[in-house]
Amino acid sequence: MTTLANARPGQRRSLWSRIRSGEAHLVLFFLLPASIGLVAFYLWPAIRGAYLSFTDYNVLSDPTPVGLANYQRLLGDDLFWNSLGVTAVYVVINIGVQTIVAVLLALLLHRATSSTLVRGIALMPYFVANVVVALVWYFMLDYQVGIVNQMLTWLGIDPVAFFGDPELAVPTIAMINVWRHAGYTALLVFAGLQAINPSVYEAADLDGAGERAKFFRITLPLLRPILAMVLVITVTGSFQVFDTVSVTTNGGPVNATRVIYLYIYNLAFGQLDFGYASAISVVLFLLLAGVAFLQIKLLRSNQTDLD
Amino acid sequence: MTQMSRSIRMTRAGRRIGLAAVVVTAATLALSGCASAASDRPVELTYWMWDANQMDGYQQCLDAFEDANPTVGVHLEQVGWNDYWTKLTTGLVAETAPDVFVNHPQQFGTYADLDQLLPLDDLVGPAGPVDLADYQPGLADMWVGQDGHRYGLPKDWSAIGLFYNADQLADAGVDPATLEDLDWNPRDGGSYERLIAHLTVDDNGVRGDEAGFDRAHVKVYGLGLNRNNNGGFGETQWSFLALADGWSYADRNPWGTRFSYDDERFLETVTWWRGLIDKGYMPTFTVASSGMNDTDAFAAGRYAMITQGSWNARAIASAGGFPVGIAPTPIGPTGSRATVTTALGDSVWAGTKHPEEAKRLVAFLATPECQDLVAKQARVFPALRGSSELAAAAFADQGVDVSAFTVQQQEGTAVPSPVVLGWTRLQEIMGPTMDAFLAGADPDTFEKANRQVDAIFR
Repeated sequence: MTTLANARPGQRRSLWSRIRSGEAHLVLFFLLPASIGLVAFYLWPAIRGAYLSFTDYNVLSDPTPVGLANYQRLLGDDLFWNSLGVTAVYVVINIGVQTIVAVLLALLLHRATSSTLVRGIALMPYFVANVVVALVWYFMLDYQVGIVNQMLTWLGIDPVAFFGDPELAVPTIAMINVWRHAGYTALLVFAGLQAINPSVYEAADLDGAGERAKFFRITLPLLRPILAMVLVITVTGSFQVFDTVSVTTNGGPVNATRVIYLYIYNLAFGQLDFGYASAISVVLFLLLAGVAFLQIKLLRSNQTDLD
Repeated sequence: MTQMSRSIRMTRAGRRIGLAAVVVTAATLALSGCASAASDRPVELTYWMWDANQMDGYQQCLDAFEDANPTVGVHLEQVGWNDYWTKLTTGLVAETAPDVFVNHPQQFGTYADLDQLLPLDDLVGPAGPVDLADYQPGLADMWVGQDGHRYGLPKDWSAIGLFYNADQLADAGVDPATLEDLDWNPRDGGSYERLIAHLTVDDNGVRGDEAGFDRAHVKVYGLGLNRNNNGGFGETQWSFLALADGWSYADRNPWGTRFSYDDERFLETVTWWRGLIDKGYMPTFTVASSGMNDTDAFAAGRYAMITQGSWNARAIASAGGFPVGIAPTPIGPTGSRATVTTALGDSVWAGTKHPEEAKRLVAFLATPECQDLVAKQARVFPALRGSSELAAAAFADQGVDVSAFTVQQQEGTAVPSPVVLGWTRLQEIMGPTMDAFLAGADPDTFEKANRQVDAIFR
């Protein structure tokens, strides 16, 4: 009888009740592999990084505690504030454009085709390595011999210094990453679209709602939980932009594209200033945690409008 | 033109991606470790370098070393320049660094300071096998640390030259022989500026020194600009001018602590240099930093001349499908020409398990036997005088006349490049400062930067 009750489909039991009922060893056994990775590669480095942020550390000799000196230095460091500003501009352009493109692309994939091949093609840029994408675009956007500027010249437009103009460098890099990631983001949104019950649209059709009204009154609100999840993932990823910048402008011209991760990397591995680099990393961690928390709260991602 | 530039772009892309593949391969080799070393010798050494062009010559050299030392095997690994110092640092921390590696005079101070390099004093002088008098002058001194110990033996030397597109020179009716004794000054630029102006051509075919020249629509710039201007080093871009104006980087070299980026001679030099942009003779910084290197644009025919290093001589001479000549740097207000010269060196990691064998290898790399093998590859000038002459002959066999570089050694105008502690930090300040200046910032910006640089060494 008990076994029957346990086997009842759809029954959910809390972890705690499982542990109490003697399944603890099984639970822990399944948690173990993931925990090893989490502790060894995330938790312990994070704790150590936080500790190092209070030290002067060049990796090759022992860290010397310096209290809050690294954090004080950070407050007066123009390059740090510059990198924060550059990163913020990048995130706004990257996420803004990418989210709109992804939603439109997802609608297109959802409505205009059911071919897996066509839907797969949207993902293709995502399958190419970041560094390769950045290099190929770098060559195509070259001022003197790049194909994009060749085409602009044929159209009678003066060549554009995509990477060399401080005003354009960050938007250029942001758009390259939109190109690479929009398909992947669209796939996540697409999954959300498929989860919307078609009967809602049928009801709207009966009420005589237009396409615009259906999009803004039905599609977007019902996508909200998915969009919240997508935004948390993409915004966090966007803040961590590094490779595209590293292989193209490497922070230049002047400091126009010196994003925060590049600055951290240069401090740590270029100047062997791991203590200060850790301090900036800790600040970035707190910042990202705060942004993610705000997003989840503001977008109420754990609630759906269907209830 | 379109077709040509497209094919150049493709080869360049291919080369970059090929380089990435090499780096990946090297990483894989590093992971598989000694397993890939062929021999079963009792002692296995690892030797790192960044220049893939030199691997053939050095592999021959290492084979010769293995023949002479049956108990020692050496495994040569190439790690690209962009990852070299990061990978080396990671290796030092993880204690998996190469036993012997190619080192740079601007980097070794940091590592010596952290006790990561083995002193090599007993390899030189009356007691050791290496006689410092055999080297080109000035090279060996670069490798003595602040503590007076020697941390590297020089392996090669470099110089800067003026590379020109011989076809464009002929079109302009300029005799290449006149480039041998160009003069330059920071006021009117001398015959150097007149040549640059004459080689500049706008979209309508009007030359830079002719009436009606349209500096906003230039087809061929007389002089190229590299997107990486080397910040406070200016190695290939402006150093030879400032030095020929009597300037020097710091109060002393090596281990200078008071820098001269606020010196009038430096300021007038870079101001003249930037002036070429306003005149339309050199691309703007925005254009130069918006894509490929000066060497690629030169190969594509967009620059009539570029200033570049001897280590690129072979690559530049064969890149564009047109004849390339190399002239020495112009003679400045001091009455002589100038170039920086950098001696790369071989260092031994302090944590090596086989210090004796590693030092024996470094000593062998400094022998004429090894350096002659490197010389015959015609890629670089070995540090030993005899081998250096052999290299010049080997370059000539390849159709590259390198007298523009060797003349600097003969005339004693090669200036050792600055050796300082904390070079990376200096460049973190000077790189963006020089970029900003080229993009139009006021020369005052160097005064502030110089104060920041001096603060590093206080």
